[in-house]
Amino acid sequence: MRIAVAGENSLILYFGDTTDPRISAQVQHAVGETERLLGEALIDLVPSYASLLVIYNPFLIDHLEVRRRLQELANNSAEGEVTEGTLIKLPVWYSTESGPDLEALAQKAGLSVDEVIALHATTEYRVYAIGFAPGFAYLGQVDERIAAPRLATPRQVVPRGSVAIADRQTAIYPSASPGGWNLIGRCPTRMFDPDSDPCMPVQVGDRVSFEPIDKARYLELGGEL
Amino acid sequence: MSGFNVRQPGLMTLITDSGRIGHHRIGLTTGGPLDPMAFAWANRLLGNEPNATALEISIGSLVLEAQVDTWLVLTGGELPLKINGKEMERWQAHRVNVGDRIEAGFSQAGARGYLAVSGGFDIPPTFGSTATVQREKLGGLNGQKLQSGDRLPCASAPDAGGFRLPAPYQPNYRNTAPLRVILGYQQDAFSAVQKQLFFTSSYRISDRADRMGYRLEGPAIPPSINGILSEGICLGAIQVPSDGQPIVLLNDRQTIGGYPKIGSLFSQDLARLAQMLPGTEISFTPFTQDEAHNQLLLNQRYYSMIEPIAVTP
Repeated sequence: MRIAVAGENSLILYFGDTTDPRISAQVQHAVGETERLLGEALIDLVPSYASLLVIYNPFLIDHLEVRRRLQELANNSAEGEVTEGTLIKLPVWYSTESGPDLEALAQKAGLSVDEVIALHATTEYRVYAIGFAPGFAYLGQVDERIAAPRLATPRQVVPRGSVAIADRQTAIYPSASPGGWNLIGRCPTRMFDPDSDPCMPVQVGDRVSFEPIDKARYLELGGEL
Repeated sequence: MSGFNVRQPGLMTLITDSGRIGHHRIGLTTGGPLDPMAFAWANRLLGNEPNATALEISIGSLVLEAQVDTWLVLTGGELPLKINGKEMERWQAHRVNVGDRIEAGFSQAGARGYLAVSGGFDIPPTFGSTATVQREKLGGLNGQKLQSGDRLPCASAPDAGGFRLPAPYQPNYRNTAPLRVILGYQQDAFSAVQKQLFFTSSYRISDRADRMGYRLEGPAIPPSINGILSEGICLGAIQVPSDGQPIVLLNDRQTIGGYPKIGSLFSQDLARLAQMLPGTEISFTPFTQDEAHNQLLLNQRYYSMIEPIAVTP
């Protein structure tokens, strides 16, 4: 484990630099331990693939003391257990109309549009993190052949439900927001609804697979254009 | 129902408390006032709870009509305050009566003003907070900025009284001192030369500056890595996409992202940045976590030592 500075009252713990269910389990383990080690001095935590952002109250503790307490995690970073989460199936309307980056991504990959769709839809993914926006679930791993870097300049508005790829991650934009991922389709399922309980269909550790649908079915399921 | 009617919503006026804390794990951002000190003063000058719900007025042109007898105050940027057409002091509690017209005009300096009322606006919290985050459609009234015809409920408080903050204690929104940056995160993805360039150059706030992030324009400092495994983003983080143009992330930022970050702005200077308008030239200077920690404690001490002057009914 490596500790780095994030901001004036936050440190970030790195457990590795790859997408790996075992590292993800270590992060999950560290969440509970950090809550215990910092107690009321903890403001919030952001767990992700291989890191944990720790935000603390600078009026109750300082970074030296936080580092000292979190060292215990490094000495004691027993691997968390990798649990098999629930499998959730989500429908996706893949097309060049709903996925404005699909064609460019296929061209770069040297594949046809249909091959890109097939590769994306036949993989089973794990939910590695939730963040960026309410209900934004980071899913891994995308098949290497269709991995694509983020856009050099992010879009100002990505429509709600957009299914997207960034490197070997894939996700569904739960609401309209700026974003730099490659858009390949649209999912009609609400990924975040504050009035529902639970407010999200997935949680960290779940498995997700995608089922291709056509435009008519997308609209039938409540998808927006 | 007592409260205020929105006659004219202004460019962007948001209902907010001090922010939505502790929900990063389901992806909720903090939202909350871009200038927390001005927000804190607005409530303090009315003797409110520090977390009472107020309004953040961006740029100005807000018009309210009182449907209640109470007290209000306007702090933050230099938005001229008028009650029934008469110019009134900012940073001072004023009595208002049913039928009064309250105007916050266009800002002369400082982009964000804070309007508080005695006891705060009575808004039901979402995920523990009334802070409006438009991107998340949470908080405020239906997660949106104020619209004409909106009603802002609050209790009647004709005898509440309040305080005024003498001018020497009010912030200077024309301060152009460099913004302090704590290096961190992927700072190793930026060469010594790039860091030098970053700290010695002037950057311009672009038109693409909102509550989520301020995009800057200036000498490019493209990181040596294109992207990283998405990770948690703290308030004030400065991310740099491959085009090399820094983006400072504010209160409505995403909680997780995959662009390399050179470090984070010190919160006091993040608030100063958020008070600046597109087109403003800014510069940066390095700061450490230790210096930031000391400055935060000093600021808190200073804030608690100031004694505002009572304004009686």
